[in-house]
Amino acid sequence: MVAAPVTSAAAAAPAAADASAWLAELAGALLPSRRQEDWRFTDLSPLLAIPTGIAAPSAEPSVAVPADPWTGLSLPAGVERLTGADAERLLGTALTATGAADHWPVRLNAGAAPAPLVLRVRRDGGSLELPLAAPAGDGLAAWRLLVLLEPGARLELLQVPSAAPGQRQLLSLVTEVVLAEDARLSLGCLALGRDDCCLLNHLVVRQAPGSELLAATVSAGWSLARHEPRVLQERGAASTRLRGLQRVEGHQLADTHSCVRFEGPEGELDQLHKAVAGGAGRSVFNGAVQVPRAAQRTNAAQMSRNLLLSDRARIDTKPELEIVADDVKCAHGATVSQLQSEELFYLRSRGIDAAAAARLLQRAFCEDVLRFLPAAARRHDPISALLGDA
Amino acid sequence: MIRPDAPVLLEIRDLQAAVDDQPILKGVNLTIRAGEIHAVMGRNGSGKSTLSKVLAGHPAYAVTGGSVLYRGENLLELDPEQRARIGLFLGFQYPVEIPGVSNLEFLRVATNARRAERGEEELDTFAFEDLVRERLAVVQMDPAFLERSVNEGFSGGEKKRNEILQMALLEPVVAILDETDSGLDIDALRIVAGGVNQLASPDNATLLITHYQRLLDLITPDHVHVMAAGRILRSGGKELALELERSGYDWVDQELARLGADAERQPAEVA
Ligand SMILES: Nc1ncnc2c1ncn2[C@@H]1O[C@H](COP(=O)(O)OP(=O)(O)O)[C@@H](O)[C@H]1O
Ligand SMILES: [Mg+2]
Repeated sequence: MVAAPVTSAAAAAPAAADASAWLAELAGALLPSRRQEDWRFTDLSPLLAIPTGIAAPSAEPSVAVPADPWTGLSLPAGVERLTGADAERLLGTALTATGAADHWPVRLNAGAAPAPLVLRVRRDGGSLELPLAAPAGDGLAAWRLLVLLEPGARLELLQVPSAAPGQRQLLSLVTEVVLAEDARLSLGCLALGRDDCCLLNHLVVRQAPGSELLAATVSAGWSLARHEPRVLQERGAASTRLRGLQRVEGHQLADTHSCVRFEGPEGELDQLHKAVAGGAGRSVFNGAVQVPRAAQRTNAAQMSRNLLLSDRARIDTKPELEIVADDVKCAHGATVSQLQSEELFYLRSRGIDAAAAARLLQRAFCEDVLRFLPAAARRHDPISALLGDA
Repeated sequence: MIRPDAPVLLEIRDLQAAVDDQPILKGVNLTIRAGEIHAVMGRNGSGKSTLSKVLAGHPAYAVTGGSVLYRGENLLELDPEQRARIGLFLGFQYPVEIPGVSNLEFLRVATNARRAERGEEELDTFAFEDLVRERLAVVQMDPAFLERSVNEGFSGGEKKRNEILQMALLEPVVAILDETDSGLDIDALRIVAGGVNQLASPDNATLLITHYQRLLDLITPDHVHVMAAGRILRSGGKELALELERSGYDWVDQELARLGADAERQPAEVA
């Protein structure tokens, strides 16, 4: 195991201790430590390099509750925003059902008390992009969302969390989703970050029978990114497709801990997680699939595919299958490979230089997940950002 | 077409190459002039594919001796991509599948790399589509193959046609076709051979690596070489291929045995 980087400068130590204390106070709980199984590979010290305080445009970062950032948002027909008591009553419903409310990143988000956005979709809500642009100012920027799809409703939703230019920020995103019978949601999260920023991203979904979820998360560039998609098929018989792509280089760390739980029969999961690790980057994937006795005839497939671009990079990938039901199909697999030398040579033998050939192969690797993002993601040219183009 | 005064395109002198310190090519000599079609024949394992990959610059093979001049330039010091850009083409015995890379995009990038080297303007997607559709006719290939990933799920024959399509787009000066005929049914063989014949000109040259006379019934070679144990054992005209077809390769073993004995005697003579 790699030792945690030593916080070098003497002056930095008190700042880190301050940051740790501030984050703990906000979350109402100490930072997770690497002695906890879920955080074993995840060194949280990059969080401590972020200045304390809530990111705010004013010169003085403050802990004041920010104003409602959602007032200007225009929603497609079929999607309405709930506020006040209606919203309060619904918030937390998925977090509680999945047991995620106690997770440290979720507590931190609650401590930051962002103005929640609660959306209800009654029919075909079409396509919606939520630009989650952090306000200027160093520190913590948090968003909290709840999206409810009523029976048969549909929505395509793209989240684009981004740090403010030139600011050192910790982005915290908590998204709750409730899918009623036969509802269909395609959710994309395109999270392109910077080396001096961190992202904690929680997605918690409750699925009723007949509902379909496609959730694709693409993440690159953060010094630390932690993605925790959690899905609960409350009575089984729903369809869950998860797609993940994370890229690390330099000393970046990206960590996805997913969990899908079936609490009834005939549920389906199709999960593909991909990682590209270059430099001395580190990628972690832990995919829990829980199939209790009630979940007979569950059909689950999980695949983790990893591309190792450097011998200093590191990939940890682990399925975590808890299968109690006996009549179940549950396939899983993991591969770690380098760019294939025969493929590279074939491209080079056609006049394509080594760097361009490597890019073509990496792009192909990434497209496999990118194509599952809502179409609106293309405008952000994710492939260039992922492959490190100007 | 043999013209003794035609410029030499490829000059291979005493070429030796190894993989993982294991010598495979043990002194290959071959001179190819513009307008010529050469055939290299020989049993499995004789080093034919190794020769083709060394010429194309495959990094797995270390050149341990000899030289290769391409139009007077030292080929061996160039990267594989540079060799391709200046007009060397290798049609692979086993073209690799590259999932996720669109065949059309791949062909366009490759074509533009070659065009840039020749001082021609890059083709945008529209101009390239026109060109590729025209060249598809050379191999009678269904345009649907352009939309797929490079060679992914192609049959053996489709892969070989895709190789010839690349050749038609890149317009090489020296084309090396490594067993482009193997695994083809007679119709596919005709199409591939027709493509090669169509692309042959007085200014370029082709090196066909093959096991079988049946390809040479369709493409008439000017020179035929027999390779064994990493060198060219015998060279001749097209009648050499016919002779091999009749009498097989048994004589090769005797010849190799004699050469082996010679090689063992040599140190004694020097001493
Ligand atoms: N990459 C390689 N690694 C190890 N051995 C190789 C490699 N390439 C070729 N060889 C060996 O070199 C010899 C010649 O192979 P090859 O050039 O493929 O012959 P041919 O094309 O004439 O059938 C064989 O014994 C083969 O096993
Ligand atoms: Mg061969």
